[in-house]
Amino acid sequence: MKAIVNISLKAGVLDSQGKAVHHALDALKFEGVNDVRVGKQIVLNLAQTEKEKALTEVTEMCESLLANTVIEDYEIELIS
Amino acid sequence: MKVAIVQFPGTNCDYDTEYAFKELGCETQILWHQNESIASDIDLLVIAGGFSYGDYLRSGAIARFSPIMKAVSEYAKDGGKVLGICNGFQVLTESHLLPGALKRNEHLHFLSKHHHLKVVSNSNTFLGKMDKDEVVNIPIAHHDGNFFVDADTLKELYKNEQVLLHYCDENGEISNPNGSVDSIAGICNAEKNVFGLMPHPERAMEAILGSQDGRKMLEGFLND
Repeated sequence: MKAIVNISLKAGVLDSQGKAVHHALDALKFEGVNDVRVGKQIVLNLAQTEKEKALTEVTEMCESLLANTVIEDYEIELIS
Repeated sequence: MKVAIVQFPGTNCDYDTEYAFKELGCETQILWHQNESIASDIDLLVIAGGFSYGDYLRSGAIARFSPIMKAVSEYAKDGGKVLGICNGFQVLTESHLLPGALKRNEHLHFLSKHHHLKVVSNSNTFLGKMDKDEVVNIPIAHHDGNFFVDADTLKELYKNEQVLLHYCDENGEISNPNGSVDSIAGICNAEKNVFGLMPHPERAMEAILGSQDGRKMLEGFLND
């Protein structure tokens, strides 16, 4: 099973990279972009085949290492 | 006074830190991160600056799980004094030994220059030799020094006198180089035995190299 973990800064935490990318898009005359947030994606190839167990395992990984929950949120997507 | 300096793969301020404490008359030892214990006669444990584990994932995120960090946590819980400088500060926040987190600098640049700091609170060992509002000139060198805490934690930090240093200009007026909340450059834990700061006092030991203001800070640890 594959787990895709998307990590982004929490709402309310200033995203400097997102802001810089937004400025660059403006400079390139792309219009209608209201906001840009930059995050990171971690793709895990898991031995686990049961979805529920996989979710528990990956949640633990996020809480202990993959995300810093002081400033970051994470979303987990499982693909079997 | 015995000082142990933790060394991870990627630490690069270990020998500067050792030099600084030797200058102050301390006995020093470098402690490789695979060690699982800290000698009981160590008076101060320093996590030096650098780029532990290449700063991969987040600065300090992987170093936090090194064998030595369990010992560091226990040492701190028993009241031992811990100082984290730059990457050491990042490791301490990732380990939850200090509150908050250090984000990428607001303007995304790596900053390497002298910067002034103002003493916010001296009711602690670290800055005990300094006056409140005293301004010092100490180098900064970081990419991820943008200190963040939520509003409630910030209030707590001020209430408990845990905010140690603000970034300022030479006149003591606030001057924020990296976007840190409230221009904070250094904090300590509620028990006041774990200290973290982004600037490098160990690089401000000689007038000929631009400043010796770091001496006074580090000397605070020599009292007891």
